[in-house]
Amino acid sequence: MGVKLLLENDHIEGIRYYDTYRKHGGYRAAEKALKMAPADIVEEVKKSGLRGRGGAGFPTGMKWSFLAKPEGVPRHLVCNADESEPGTFKDRYLMEFHPHLFIEGLLVSSFALGSNHTYIYIRGEYAWIVDILEQAIAEAKNNGWLGKNILGTGFDCEIYVHRGAGAYICGEETALIESLEGKRGNPRMKPPFPAIQGVWMRPTVVNNVETLAAVVPIINMGGEEYAKIGVGKSTGTKLLSVCGNLNKPGVYEIDMTISVEEFIYSDEYCGGIPKGKRLKACIPGGSSVPIIPANLLLKTAKGETRIMNYESLSDGGFVSGSMMGSGGFIVLDEDQCVVRHTMSLARFYNHESCGQCSPCREGTGWMYKILKNIEYGKGKISDIDLLWDIQRKIEGNTICPLGDAAAWPVAAAIRHFRDEFEWHVLNPDESQKRNYGLAHYADPIHVPASA
Amino acid sequence: MSIRFTEERLNKVNEIIARYPDGKQKSALIPILHIAQDEFGGWLDAPVMDYVAEILHILPIEVYEVATFYSMFNMKPVGKYLLEVCRTGPCMLNGSDEIIDYIKEKLGISEGETTTDGLFTLKPAECLGACGYAPMMQLGKTFREHLTKEKIDQLINELRGQAKN
Ligand SMILES: Cc1cc2nc3c(=O)[nH]c(=O)nc-3n(C[C@H](O)[C@H](O)[C@H](O)COP(=O)(O)O)c2cc1C
Ligand code: SF4
Ligand code: FES
Repeated sequence: MGVKLLLENDHIEGIRYYDTYRKHGGYRAAEKALKMAPADIVEEVKKSGLRGRGGAGFPTGMKWSFLAKPEGVPRHLVCNADESEPGTFKDRYLMEFHPHLFIEGLLVSSFALGSNHTYIYIRGEYAWIVDILEQAIAEAKNNGWLGKNILGTGFDCEIYVHRGAGAYICGEETALIESLEGKRGNPRMKPPFPAIQGVWMRPTVVNNVETLAAVVPIINMGGEEYAKIGVGKSTGTKLLSVCGNLNKPGVYEIDMTISVEEFIYSDEYCGGIPKGKRLKACIPGGSSVPIIPANLLLKTAKGETRIMNYESLSDGGFVSGSMMGSGGFIVLDEDQCVVRHTMSLARFYNHESCGQCSPCREGTGWMYKILKNIEYGKGKISDIDLLWDIQRKIEGNTICPLGDAAAWPVAAAIRHFRDEFEWHVLNPDESQKRNYGLAHYADPIHVPASA
Repeated sequence: MSIRFTEERLNKVNEIIARYPDGKQKSALIPILHIAQDEFGGWLDAPVMDYVAEILHILPIEVYEVATFYSMFNMKPVGKYLLEVCRTGPCMLNGSDEIIDYIKEKLGISEGETTTDGLFTLKPAECLGACGYAPMMQLGKTFREHLTKEKIDQLINELRGQAKN
């Protein structure tokens, strides 16, 4: 069993409610933190090596130390609970089942950053979670953890839940800020960065739900101890939401030392692939990161065992690796069609482009159209090169990274599964009746007995 | 229908406005559009949006441009029950296409259409954050997960029953 910090109390009935949470050590980190100097809390988070859990993996302590502190200007902590990256549903789990852990993390972080008004921007579809959070906030407030002069420290803090209304792009931090201001979710040009001018042009820190929850164990155990969990720059624990073709889809906490193979096949985690089917491909970190075939997933191109952490998953770069991303782990079994799956993701990005930049707005539409043609047996071989060309023209040429996020899945699919695309084009009739299958993608070395 | 929030709703609206700094009341726009959509028939007609603009002291165009941007705001009337079935990658891997086809066949409508009795609208959706519990749909404030054809049958019956009462 790996170390668990966030889901340690997952089995305790009623942990969702204040009294139970408190009885099991809840709000201890808040007690401790409110006696510390805010700068020392930032220091602990720096020492912990915690990296943002929203996708980019930026060091949280460093981000916090960039926050501008001009005299007389309020600062804000905004929590990114937009969670819309396909394959990702871990923040939902934390908020739904561990709301007080989350609120405690928000409180400690608000204190560290000097945010008296903290906002949770939650995706609109998580409507029932808004109620859970508001109830937890009310409970925390009734018990003196929020409101005015908390624990007699002179620190005031209110936390508000702000519901979005269905737009993936509002997960991008500057789009989120625009949306919080009551506007369309159009990402802003950077600089200025939110740390200098964020919501209402005030200094703002935007952090993911899981990032802020992780501040609780960091304060409880100390940054140095936290940093001992995991390996290298992948410190602490990470939540993964696993889906696609797996026996036990759901949310798991790992300590970033286990192998991908163990993660997929062991009963403690995903429990293998249904009906004993074989692994074809995986998108390990949410739909935006490159898809990799089974043989490159379990072992790196150098033949080393791939481990579930930031460094190992990205070993080989985009040529033979992928990314940890948001922790949305999507598995495709041998009967799945990579072309169809890529088409579905292309439709998603096309639907979600905010439309500000032409490479993203037009490019995502073209890619979807071309992929649809190939999928439905109307494609040409030259379309595959055209797709490659379009994704290249989007990448790096847009205001926000959604353009890249739309380009990478297409690029990786063509890079690793070109023969499957060609087969679709050359066998328009047959490809409507059956899928391509495994070809050379399956792990040729061995398939575990538990599979 | 007169477009005015009840006293109780108006209190809620004012409470929401008070969460944001003075002069930044526009920040309350999206939360208030949710309330307006729930209150005034499940979609946002122009007079509803004008009323929200009036409450927030902003221009109607500022409301229109926001309402049209977000997928949860309906710009046309929808059925009493809006079935939003996710069809993005992970749901697709678990058979969302078959679920959508089954609903279409069962209700005799295409994507985006409403049944003639005004009860059901089918709207394909993109990833709703329930990928591990696929296939799924959003129905009002709830998610219906691990869908099967049998569950769809049950759900439709249940909703038809509810609508009668
Ligand atoms: C298109 C796009 C969508 C994003 N969606 C999310 C999201 O849903 N949740 C999230 O926490 N971060 C998301 N991010 C990353 C945020 O911009 C930001 O980096 C993150 O919230 C920072 O928090 P962290 O440092 O705690 O990870 C997204 C980024 C992009 C470009
Ligand atoms: S890259 Fe796409 S989503 Fe991002 S700002 Fe440009 S058009 Fe909008
Ligand atoms: S893909 Fe359907 S909920 Fe995520």
